[in-house]
Amino acid sequence: MISRANLLKVLSAFLLCGAWEIAGRIPVSYAFPTFLDSMRAFFEMIGNGVMLAAYKETLRPLVIGIVISAVLGIGLGLWVGLNNFFDWLFSPIFIVMQAAPLAALIPLLVLAYGIGLTSKVLVVCIMAMPVIVLNTSGAVRNTPESFKEMGKSFLASRTSVLLRIVIPAASPVIFAGLRLGVSAGFIGAILAELKITPTGVGDIITYSRSIADYPSMYAAIFSIILLAVLFLNLLEKIETILFKGNQRGYVSD
Amino acid sequence: MAMSQIKEDSNQTEVVKSESAVSVKNITKNYGDIEALRDMSLEFPRGQLTSLLGPSGCGKTTLLKIIAGLLEPSSGYVEVNGKSVTGPGPDRAFVFQDFALLPWATVLNNVAFGLEMRGVAKSERESIAEKYIGDVGLAGFENSYPHELSGGMRQRVGLARALSVDSDVLLMDEPFSAVDEQTRRKFQEDLLSLVQNENKTFLFVTHSIEEAVYVSDQIAILLPRPSRVSEIIRPSSFRGKGVDNIRRDPEYLDIVDDIWSSLRTYVE
Ligand SMILES: Nc1ncnc2c1ncn2[C@@H]1O[C@H](COP(=O)(O)OP(=O)(O)OP(=O)(O)O)[C@@H](O)[C@H]1O
Ligand SMILES: [Mg+2]
Repeated sequence: MISRANLLKVLSAFLLCGAWEIAGRIPVSYAFPTFLDSMRAFFEMIGNGVMLAAYKETLRPLVIGIVISAVLGIGLGLWVGLNNFFDWLFSPIFIVMQAAPLAALIPLLVLAYGIGLTSKVLVVCIMAMPVIVLNTSGAVRNTPESFKEMGKSFLASRTSVLLRIVIPAASPVIFAGLRLGVSAGFIGAILAELKITPTGVGDIITYSRSIADYPSMYAAIFSIILLAVLFLNLLEKIETILFKGNQRGYVSD
Repeated sequence: MAMSQIKEDSNQTEVVKSESAVSVKNITKNYGDIEALRDMSLEFPRGQLTSLLGPSGCGKTTLLKIIAGLLEPSSGYVEVNGKSVTGPGPDRAFVFQDFALLPWATVLNNVAFGLEMRGVAKSERESIAEKYIGDVGLAGFENSYPHELSGGMRQRVGLARALSVDSDVLLMDEPFSAVDEQTRRKFQEDLLSLVQNENKTFLFVTHSIEEAVYVSDQIAILLPRPSRVSEIIRPSSFRGKGVDNIRRDPEYLDIVDDIWSSLRTYVE
């Protein structure tokens, strides 16, 4: 049985692809291929192993960067959220990071860390981490006072209050931050490959554009979007499994 | 104007003299410029139920939270079983006015929360929790989440959570406010038998004069902010007459009228 929500998701994907096909046929621009052409290129690249080889390259900085951002970001966010002094010390840094024009910072990163993996991981982190930290710290700071009071009155230790009350209460906003952070991390990974050295998926994009093979270029872009969507859905699944009752939001009356 | 008067029957003096489980001594509580409680002193006799009755915003919740050790008084102190309160303790359990249920935890886990924090093993705490869930009439809802329950059912989860930890003193902040009238009457009767059978001390906040007179051994009438005790009433003669006759008892009706006439001055 397909649930209503899933049906709607499929429907909206279908509409989007349809619109793409129509826009490609008009065409909006000679550099804009139709959906079907792009799909043909997409499956071709999967078939001849180009896509797999590209993702081996791209996924490394992406996965490393996202794992670092998630672990460090949530940790820092908890710390900043629970402590006013660290909030005062660190929050401005992340706010600036979030607002910084990354493209302008990339040359500086390359200067400092070269064109290898480190720079690319850093780009992913700079994109992904601020929103994770800011969401986590904000959520932690807004834990309903009545939950904490309840915990204290039933003799919960400080650790128990944190693990059993503060973190679960903050989890919807933390997960929202993770979702935004992961999407930003995907953008960061591609940006790094376009701006630092063309490797992986970024290489497919750069190369196919240079030889005017637009279906391949859009197939590469499509693949990264597809991967991001799949990953975000996975994240959502994890969230519902971990914190089941949170789905319906909070009850308070 | 804060006239203190104690009404009691002579044959009840023995109970009155029994030592206090909770003593509130000269408590003042300010929230910034707002003076919630002013120099309040009150004794809560052991094994009895004391109601706090007063207009909304007069500081009943504040007083209960100070006794629970969740709030610091600005001055004065609270003693529970002769020991000065410095924080929450295993001798007190709280029923929250806003329920304070964890939305991500099932009814069973919510009720077992206090036991879990006391280090009771999983199987044991779950069987205790199940017993109290049954007692408050929620059997079959163990695995539901709070958002799947009605307001009155949520309130009963909070009640079961407080009962399950088996503390000496139960601090109940309007525990029946969200249940329907029939359930409320049943709970009032259950509460009476709880008071009689268990040697616990109950502090009970309510807005209902009838409810206070029905369930209480002692009723403290509070004045509007800054709150002090204006009157302590000890209904006595109808307690032994059986639950069905209380509401027809002349003393019951007189006390309800008395309280109403002293409270109505603040409403008008
Ligand atoms: N955290 C707070 N900060 C500032 N003022 C507060 C706070 N909590 C309570 N007050 C004030 O203290 C007074 C007493 O509040 P409290 O919640 O104890 O009243 P209450 O008697 O329980 O009322 P109700 O019957 O409506 O529940 C109120 O007037 C309120 O404005
Ligand atoms: Mg209150």
